[in-house]
Amino acid sequence: MVITVASGKGGTGKTTVAVNLGLALSKAGQPPVHIVDCDVEEPNAALFLHPTLEEREEVGQLIPEVNLDLCTFCGRCAEVCQYSAIAVVGQRVLVFPELCHGCGSCTLNCPEGAIREKLDVMGVLEMGRAGPIAFAQGRMNVGEAMAVPIIRQLKRQAIPEDHDGQVIILDAPPGTSCPVVESMRGSDYVLMVTEPTPFGLHDLRLAVQVARDELGLPVGVVINREGIGDEGVDAYCEEEGIPILMRIPLDRRIAEAYSEGIPMVEALPEYQEAFLALYREIAHRVGVEVAP
Amino acid sequence: MKQLVILSGKGGTGKTSIAAALAHLASSEMRLVLADADVDAANLELVLAPTRVEEHPFEGGSIAEISPDKCVACGVCEEVCRFDAIIPGDRFYQVDRLACEGCAACFYQCPEQAIQMIPQQAGEWYRSDTRFGPLFHAHLFAGQENSGKLVTMVKQQARLLALDTGADLLLVDGPPGIGCPVISASAGADMALLVAEPTISGVHDLDRVLATTDHFGVPARVLINKADINPARAEEIEAFCREREIPIAGRVPYDTTVTKAMVNGQPITAYADGPAAEALRRAWAHLREALRS
Repeated sequence: MVITVASGKGGTGKTTVAVNLGLALSKAGQPPVHIVDCDVEEPNAALFLHPTLEEREEVGQLIPEVNLDLCTFCGRCAEVCQYSAIAVVGQRVLVFPELCHGCGSCTLNCPEGAIREKLDVMGVLEMGRAGPIAFAQGRMNVGEAMAVPIIRQLKRQAIPEDHDGQVIILDAPPGTSCPVVESMRGSDYVLMVTEPTPFGLHDLRLAVQVARDELGLPVGVVINREGIGDEGVDAYCEEEGIPILMRIPLDRRIAEAYSEGIPMVEALPEYQEAFLALYREIAHRVGVEVAP
Repeated sequence: MKQLVILSGKGGTGKTSIAAALAHLASSEMRLVLADADVDAANLELVLAPTRVEEHPFEGGSIAEISPDKCVACGVCEEVCRFDAIIPGDRFYQVDRLACEGCAACFYQCPEQAIQMIPQQAGEWYRSDTRFGPLFHAHLFAGQENSGKLVTMVKQQARLLALDTGADLLLVDGPPGIGCPVISASAGADMALLVAEPTISGVHDLDRVLATTDHFGVPARVLINKADINPARAEEIEAFCREREIPIAGRVPYDTTVTKAMVNGQPITAYADGPAAEALRRAWAHLREALRS
C-alpha cells in the first residue's frame, strides 16, 4: 500500500505525520515499512529518522550533446524543442540544461544523427535504513530548477515493484504543482495534513483538487495544531464528504520535541496507538486487511 | 525602486504573515507594489482583502491529444514518451493529461499524424488593489507546471507598474523551496529576507535557501520567527549567520496573536500591539535602512 502524505501548504506537519506513522508501524513490528522523502528541495524526514545511508546515486536527466562534425546547423532541433532548451545561432548550437526536460525529441528529429545524450546531474538519491524502516530520499542540487525528474527516479528506485503486504509512505513536497502530482501518482491513498486556519483551508482545497479531482485518488485529512484557528476546515470536510482521520492538538510539547528532532511517538508515547489507529483506518478505507 | 523578496526554504515559517506586516508598515512611509510569488498557494490575498481590477489567462505549454480515428495503435508514441504519459489500449492509444509534459516527441514521431498538440490555459494572473498598494497575484491551476514562468509573469507585471508609477519598493512574497519558482522570485531582487524557525530542520532549510540566494548573488538578511520556542536552536541560527556574515534583521517571538490576526484577515501589525508586532516594527526599521544602502 502506498500512502502519500501531502498538504498543499508547507509547514503543516507533513513530515511529522509521515515519520510518526512509519515509526508507529515499525514499533508494532508489522508490516514492513518504507519511508520515501519526496520533498527533494528540502528533504527533512532524515533529521527525525537518523537513517544510515548505504547507497548513493547521482541522478538527473539526459540532455543533448551535439557533434559539430555531423551538424549542418539546419535548426530542426531548435524547431521541435518545446522548451527553447536548444538554439542554433550561425555555426553554433547552444544547449540550456536548466530548460531541458530530457524528452529526447531533438535527438529523434535530428536528420543527421548528430545528437547524443549525456546525463546532466541534478541531484542524488540516497537509500538506507533507519532500524527496521527502509528509507530513501532525493536531494536536488542548489541552483537546479526541476524537481520532477529526481522524484520520478526516486520513486522508481525506492518503491519495490511487488509491494503487497508492505507499507510505503511518501512525504510529498508542498504546493499543488508538478512535483506534488509526480509524488502522488500511483498512490493508494493521499493523507492531507492541514492546519485549521484560513491559510490551511485555502491550500487544502487546492490539494484536494489535485489528488481527488484530477488524479482520482481517495483522500483523508489529518488536522494538525487543532485549536489554533477556526472551524473552516471542519466545515469544508463535512461539506465535501472528506473524512477527518486524526486530530493533533496544538501542544507546545509537540513543537518543542519537533524543534529538537524528536519524533512524537517517542516524546509522547500516547501517540503510538493514535498513529496505529490512523493506519488501520486508512487500510480499512483502501480495503487492505490488517493483521489483528 | 528597490525589490525585496521574502523566502524561507520551507513553507509554514510565517513568510506570508511577515510579508503582510511589512506591507502594512512600509505602506505608511513609501509607495509600494506587492507581488505574491507563491502561485501554488497564494495566501497574501487572504490578509490583504484585495479588490480585483484585472484578470488575465496564463498560457502554459501544450499537451498531446491522440485522435482515435487516425490512431492505428502502432505504439511508436509510447516508445518515444519518456514521461509514461501514453496509455495503451486495444484499438488506439490515449494520453495521460497529467503526466504529459508537452514535449511533442510523440507528435513528431507519429507515422499516422494522429497526434495534435493542444495549448492549455495553465492558470490566471490578477492585478488587485489593496489598502497598502497594488497587488499582483496568480492562481496556477491544480497540477500544472510552469510555475516558474507564471512567477516571472507576476513579477514582471508588478515591476512594470512599480516603475511606471515611481513606486519606492516592490515587495515579493516568495514561494517555499529552492526550485524554479524560487529562482524566478529572487531574480533581480536587491535583497532577500530569509525567514527561519529555530528547529532542527530550520537551520538545514536556511542553509539550502541561502545557498540559492548566494548562487544568484542576492544579498540576504535573516529573520528568526518564533525565536523563543527553542532558544538554543535560535542561537544556533545566529551563530550560523555570524559565521557567514549574514545580518539578522530581527527575532520575532512566538505569539498566538499572529494566528488570530490571520484568522481575522489582518496583518499582525494592524491587528494588535504585542511582542510579535513590536518585533516586526523593529525588523522593518532595520530592513528600510539596509535597503537604502
